[in-house]
Amino acid sequence: MAETRATTAPDRSAVRSLLRLWPYVRPVRLRLFTAALVAVLASCTGLVIPLVLKWMVDGPVADRDTAGIWLGAFFLLLLGLVEALLFGMRRWLVARPLAHVEAEMRAELYARLQRLPVAFHDRWASGQLLSRATADLGLVRMFLAFPLTFLLVNSVTIVFGVVVMLLQDWTLGLVVLGPALPVVVMCVYFERRYAVMARRAQDQVGDLTTVVEESVLGIRIIKGFGRHRTQARAFRELSSTLRGTELAKARLLATIWAVIVTLPELAVGAALVLGSVQVADGDLSAGTLVAFLSTALALRWPVDSIGFLLAMSQEAATATERYFEVMDEEPEQDAAVRSDPAPDAGLRFDGVVFRYPDADPGSRPVLDGVDLHVRPGESMALVGATGSGKTTLTALVPRLHEVTAGRITLDGEDVAALPREELRARVAVAFEEPTLFSASVGENVLMGADDRAGAVELGRALAVAQAEFVHALPQGADTLVGEQGLSLSGGQRQRLALARAVVGRPRFLVLDDPLSALDVHTEAAVEAALRQVLADTTALIVAHRPSTVLLADRVALLSGGRIAAVGTHHELLRDNPEYAHLMSGTGRQEDDR
Amino acid sequence: MTAPATSSPTTTTPATTDDGPGQPGPRAAEDPFDKDVLPTPPGATGALLRSLLAPLRARVALTTLLLLLQQAAVQAGPLLVAYAIDRAVPAWRSDDHGPLAAAGVGYLLCALASGGLQYAFLIASAHVSQDVLLDLRGRIFRHAQALSLDFHERYTSGRLISRSTSDVEALRELLEEGLQELVSVVLSFLFISAMLLWLDLGLGAVAVASFVPLYLLVRLYQRRAGRVFTARSTAIAAVIVKFVETMNGIRPVRAFRREAVNEAGFRVLNHRHERRNGDALLEMARYVVGSRLVANAAVALIVLWGATRVADGSLELGVLAAAVLYLRRLYDPIDRLGMFLNSYQSAAASLEKIAGLLAQTPSVPEPSTPRELPAPRSDLPGREVVFDGVSFGYRTGGEVLPRFDLVLPAGQTVAVVGSTGAGKSTLAKLLARFYDPSAGRVLLDGVDLRELPMPELRRGVVMVTQEAFLFSGTVAENIAIGRPDASREDIERAAKAIGAHEFVSALPDGYDTDVRKRGGRISAGQRQLVAFARALLADPAVLILDEATSSLDVPGERAVQAAMTTVLRGRTAVVIAHRLSTVEIADRVLVMEHGRIVEDGTPAELVDGAGRFADLHRAWRDSLA
Repeated sequence: MAETRATTAPDRSAVRSLLRLWPYVRPVRLRLFTAALVAVLASCTGLVIPLVLKWMVDGPVADRDTAGIWLGAFFLLLLGLVEALLFGMRRWLVARPLAHVEAEMRAELYARLQRLPVAFHDRWASGQLLSRATADLGLVRMFLAFPLTFLLVNSVTIVFGVVVMLLQDWTLGLVVLGPALPVVVMCVYFERRYAVMARRAQDQVGDLTTVVEESVLGIRIIKGFGRHRTQARAFRELSSTLRGTELAKARLLATIWAVIVTLPELAVGAALVLGSVQVADGDLSAGTLVAFLSTALALRWPVDSIGFLLAMSQEAATATERYFEVMDEEPEQDAAVRSDPAPDAGLRFDGVVFRYPDADPGSRPVLDGVDLHVRPGESMALVGATGSGKTTLTALVPRLHEVTAGRITLDGEDVAALPREELRARVAVAFEEPTLFSASVGENVLMGADDRAGAVELGRALAVAQAEFVHALPQGADTLVGEQGLSLSGGQRQRLALARAVVGRPRFLVLDDPLSALDVHTEAAVEAALRQVLADTTALIVAHRPSTVLLADRVALLSGGRIAAVGTHHELLRDNPEYAHLMSGTGRQEDDR
Repeated sequence: MTAPATSSPTTTTPATTDDGPGQPGPRAAEDPFDKDVLPTPPGATGALLRSLLAPLRARVALTTLLLLLQQAAVQAGPLLVAYAIDRAVPAWRSDDHGPLAAAGVGYLLCALASGGLQYAFLIASAHVSQDVLLDLRGRIFRHAQALSLDFHERYTSGRLISRSTSDVEALRELLEEGLQELVSVVLSFLFISAMLLWLDLGLGAVAVASFVPLYLLVRLYQRRAGRVFTARSTAIAAVIVKFVETMNGIRPVRAFRREAVNEAGFRVLNHRHERRNGDALLEMARYVVGSRLVANAAVALIVLWGATRVADGSLELGVLAAAVLYLRRLYDPIDRLGMFLNSYQSAAASLEKIAGLLAQTPSVPEPSTPRELPAPRSDLPGREVVFDGVSFGYRTGGEVLPRFDLVLPAGQTVAVVGSTGAGKSTLAKLLARFYDPSAGRVLLDGVDLRELPMPELRRGVVMVTQEAFLFSGTVAENIAIGRPDASREDIERAAKAIGAHEFVSALPDGYDTDVRKRGGRISAGQRQLVAFARALLADPAVLILDEATSSLDVPGERAVQAAMTTVLRGRTAVVIAHRLSTVEIADRVLVMEHGRIVEDGTPAELVDGAGRFADLHRAWRDSLA
């Protein structure tokens, strides 16, 4: 099952992680600061209300002054109104902006992910990516909405309260301040451990997401083998692990909280005893002690809440870290300068070496010096044993992967120097696994052409791919397909993918086993139509079968990471035992690998 | 003969005949699947929450008790302060140190108790919430796995993922903060109302009366927020669906330069979610303003009335002072009530969606009175398959397989050929019980498939399809899906038999290579070999191969066939293939057309005949040139 990714930067402090949010917060900074100010104001208003009450009781009520009572009540109402509005205003100010920050971060993550190398996606389970785009960003939004503001408000309140206490009686004040240092030390210690746990929990959520996703995508296999119990057990193990991590997190949080609750209370208790003695000895007035203690008690909530505010901040920090792990990956860059095209035509592989970027640098490359020239207008079949690197080679042309060494040129232009956009417009591809997107059939096919293409081009492409079944669909070419639409059979999907590849009349065409799911008759019909298209197209066609090979003018045999032979089907069949074996299944046995 | 659709006006839904029901007919705008609103039976949401909490009743009670005690310890603080000042100070003056010592010790104990109880409460409540989440996650997962293929084909994987991630997350927030907030809110309301009523009946009554507008406000908020949160949950699910689709299809996305178009589409969905998210936050802001306003107005009113009464002498000043102090605290938890309602509504919206999912019944249900398969008739593993008056059409109409009878004797290898859309896959899926027939019965050794317990059925009948999905994990683990208790020797034997051993051994860590890690890349053909090894390992009585060799090269296919002639011996096998090479190993060939079996015979008979098969076979021979 999926495994937890290593925590990459454990030393990065929470504050530094959170500071990286600034570029996203910047556009809404005014609102956010105003909201914080409003929150402070609202708290102050809340503090004034008791003063008005005190004034009323000591003044008008004691004096039986009816007008004063009405005035007091009026002020009370007014303050209440202001307080309510300020509270609401704080939320109103940040509601839309914070939703916007979250959405903006998600959109940028999505955009970045679309532009990261395919090798990155091979490495990362998509559940881990998804959990970053949803759960983690939710944590960040919560942090901006709540802990950020209230850490500020509480700090102000605490500092204010402490100053008031010190002014009232500095010895007692020092007693109450006593636990500050141990509390801070404990906090730092536990928060650091909490950060590790929070990170672990977030990674485990990502793993869980991956299992859910795979179990849905692989549902046919799970059902086919009746393995839903095994799968459920694996899921249960992973979710139990997550539960364990969450409980460990809870224990840490509970410890921090208990410390933060207990130590200051003990100090207040000490102050109570000392103060009482002082009052008894006449060194302190009873009123001062009462005022001092009520201030201390009023600080209870601001102090207590710091534990979970910090915990939330910590979680937001690790979530931010996870977010930037993806955002810090280098997206594909286009070369700054275009090379001058050499006087050459067609598709040329020149000493192409390829090793997957995450493979051991010492290992044997998948492709080890491929030299091949596909002449303009020529169709070249690429034949090789299962796993010989045919698909890998085709992926290098539209630069889904980058060559490790050597170069690939299109009409003399190095693909590495071409802007990807242009390169991919010039080269059309049909993949072995024909993926359709949630869009209409027409949109799916026309993806392969530029914006000017319309119904005429669509009709032509469908005809080439023998995909006339489209017209019999409920809404013809407007029928929705893909994950959220009609499900088509493998053969139907493959024909649509083929139509997509040829619709733009590309100069270069790369087809990876394009006819594997077709029955013999359909295959023959597609081939006949495809030959017309291929007449003036430079094409590289991965083929497993003689029938597909016959589409091509010449055949290249890929073996041991190199092109071992090039020639016509019949030449190779006659002269090359490995080729003959691959095409007929007879002759050489599998002992040569 | 051309593509089937053009030549088959009689087949109403040709597109769906081969690969599941999908959505035959126009997609109705009010389709609940489209709008991501499955019908939730009334009360199902509450029932779900209750059933989740029921096994934890004792723990919930313990948690509540811990919270009550903790609150009591906290509330004792001010009383001890009062005691110290009123009693202990005078006592100290008369050299009686006992009371102050008592107050000090009492405060110490309270401090320790409130800290310790806080710790215990947090741990206990974490246990409750984590147990509920574990239970719920498991239920969603198991239920989704139990639902039949036609459900999965319509619901989309993104939504299922959304249900078990972001919707579960919503409940987590409620459980983690909700209980504490709810209990402390209810507690202080009760305690303080009682105090106020005790202090002065009139003032207390006014305070209690202020609950009426507050209650109305809460109701209003609930109604409005419920709508907003449901819309928000739907919106995030749409975002997730788009996200998952893009990431899973990243290669074609890149190759066809879909980045900009996707981004535009994603922005629309993301923005929709942003609006709903903002709506939810604003709804909360409205509630806070409203409830604060009511509370503050009530305070002003009570003070005015109380003060007037003090002025005319009908109320003592001390009572008013005490009442006023309590009043402030009475309305303190209003915000926390708001927070609770907020997470409650959010969780309720998500739970409703989850309940809707859980209320879906599998269209291929487990039997209520399961029957056992009879003991094998011989020492060979194969079993007899009978299609008895079977016909099949999708619920939405359109008959795919008209009524037919078919007997596949035990041990026979049957090839099914025919063009795309002829109904071959549907036949196979009926046999694997991915669907149930609309009429008639499918019998395995005389037992209706619908009466077989699922594990028994899946042991007996295994289907390998052309989409060879690999799960995260090692190659060995992927093969072992066929039989989880298989030893490494069994796994390697299966891989060797099918010709997969060589490429697997060549991987960096051999069978222990993680298919997602360094060097673990496996080509489509190799994936099909892994899928075959899985099927071999499963050792079924009936093996169905649906286009299972489409990505293999000729030697690979030969190797598989060689393996199959030994492996399939004695088993009943149904082999669907476009390539007629497979047919060579078959005892019998069925040719299907428009859902009907049009030819049936041994390969030799059919090749020599003048039917469609002879025609297909000639074309195939030619293609091998």
